Amino acid sequence: MYDPALFEPLLQEQKAGAEHIRPSKTYWQDAWHRLKRDKLALLGLVVIVLVLVLAVFGPMFSPYEYDAQDFMISNEPPNFSHWFGTDMFGRDLFVRVLYGARISLAVGFLASFINLFIGVIYGGISGFAGGRIDNIMMRIVDVIYSVPMMIYVILLMVVVGPGLKSIFITLGVSYWAPMARIVRAEVMRLKNEEFVLAAKVTGASPMRILFRHIIPNAMGAILVTLTFSIPGAIFTEAFLSFVGLGVSAPMASWGMLSSDAVGSLAIYPWQLFFPAGAISITILAFNFLGDGLRDALDPRLRK
Amino acid sequence: MSKYIFRRVVSSLLTLLVVITLTFFMMRAIPGGPFTDEKAIPSFVLEKMNEHYGLNDPLYIQYFRYLWNVLKLDLGASYRYEGMTVNELIAGSFPVSFTIGAIALVLSLLAGIPAGIISALRRGKWQDRLAMIFATLGVTVPGFVVAAAFVYIFAWRLGVVTVGFWEGISTAWLPAVTLALYPAAFISRLVRSGMLEILQQDYIRTAYAKGLSERAVIYIHALKNAIIPVITYLAPLTAGILTGSFVVEQVFGVPGLGTFFVTSITNRDYTTIMGVTIFYSALLVAFNLTADIFLVVIDPRIKLR
Repeated sequence: MYDPALFEPLLQEQKAGAEHIRPSKTYWQDAWHRLKRDKLALLGLVVIVLVLVLAVFGPMFSPYEYDAQDFMISNEPPNFSHWFGTDMFGRDLFVRVLYGARISLAVGFLASFINLFIGVIYGGISGFAGGRIDNIMMRIVDVIYSVPMMIYVILLMVVVGPGLKSIFITLGVSYWAPMARIVRAEVMRLKNEEFVLAAKVTGASPMRILFRHIIPNAMGAILVTLTFSIPGAIFTEAFLSFVGLGVSAPMASWGMLSSDAVGSLAIYPWQLFFPAGAISITILAFNFLGDGLRDALDPRLRK
Repeated sequence: MSKYIFRRVVSSLLTLLVVITLTFFMMRAIPGGPFTDEKAIPSFVLEKMNEHYGLNDPLYIQYFRYLWNVLKLDLGASYRYEGMTVNELIAGSFPVSFTIGAIALVLSLLAGIPAGIISALRRGKWQDRLAMIFATLGVTVPGFVVAAAFVYIFAWRLGVVTVGFWEGISTAWLPAVTLALYPAAFISRLVRSGMLEILQQDYIRTAYAKGLSERAVIYIHALKNAIIPVITYLAPLTAGILTGSFVVEQVFGVPGLGTFFVTSITNRDYTTIMGVTIFYSALLVAFNLTADIFLVVIDPRIKLR
């Protein structure tokens, strides 16, 4: 009944042959693998990287300055020396659109990261604390939700005055409510998991549990929300510039370039075409990437 | 039920109070008084004007007076348009925005819901792809770009419409179509995903098993539930149409409340900015409330909190 041969340790080679488990993949490797198969999402990612590279390095290689005026060549149509033509002050539109990309993308990313920061802290605390604190904090979010944000962004811009810094601040403090809600829901879901209990048992402080254990596990949902909030911020900046509350001349953002172009639309339609195209393509790319990320990071949502 | 409605009404009123308070103190936080101008106003005139508008009183008295006036539906006098009250200004320009907005609302529902149903039923086929291409374009191209493109094509190139003035419904169509694009795209996505989810549910199979026609199953049984997210979306939809109207009205040169709001921002006409903000917010809060109550009435699955 007891056969010691059954308990002999296997040799190394035999062991290797018995291993049939596939190499374990981390969550992020798995997600990346799924994302790679999504053609549209990859296209979106490529376009975003391309626009980023062009925005950062493009103006350096252009022979023109974004604010160099030359009235001899004002309102030229697109040609070989000025690919996108020139505006009413004779400024090269190609370099202005590239420069506008810097401003628009900077607004998109920075404002979204401020939102992320506020939303994660607020939603995290609300979800983790639970009970009455959560109730009060979420009622506040409900009220913020039912306020027409765009009107308040306009109002806030009137108060702090136009300019790039104002836009960062205004958009940063205005749109964190959706992020807070999503983070809260994730925290509520995760806080009863066993790894949280394990962390608690080892004596980790609540703040450590929240920010070192729970939030990293909610990163998927946070990343998806972030991807959708960046084009939202770009959109809002374009809108603000359009109603005259954006960056001031000679700076350029896509919204401001479009706004300038609308005045002379009947005669020089291409002046609108390029900045408007840039906004649309970028937002489209972010939407594709966001859809793909959502599918890749949350397999439960896939159909 | 009545308890739920009561609670929603109270929280809506609370939201409005927050809105009014926020607006009031934000406007007061702007450096310089409302009469600060490039050319200096003689100090005795300034004193008289401050006196007239009650700006010499302590802040909290000004606040409560403003609150009381808003409760009486009096939004005060405009600082820039002499002899005009904000109420008169809104009454003069809102009907224009309302006409455009109402047409846009109806158009977006009429276009978005059928498009969503068709693409869900023909999932993966060319109808679905076409509808989704339009839906994606609709949410990615900014409203002012569409507006400008429409003006360029229809007014400048084809000459089939005139822009820059207001002649009632006939001049409302093009701005309304522009405004409707984004919501129509959004609604079609909502209806599509709702339909796809619902068509897989057991009760739909039961309906087919009972021998109901496909038409009856889809338009009576499935649509009823697929439409619910659209009703939830109605309030943000109204917000979108309102804010969208700022640029669309400006590009089309329509004298609506949106154009007027943007002008009052450039003019730093503080009472008008405050008044219009509160007016818009009240409108939206009311829409939100109506949508919420309506949802509870039509959807018994919603748990009343």
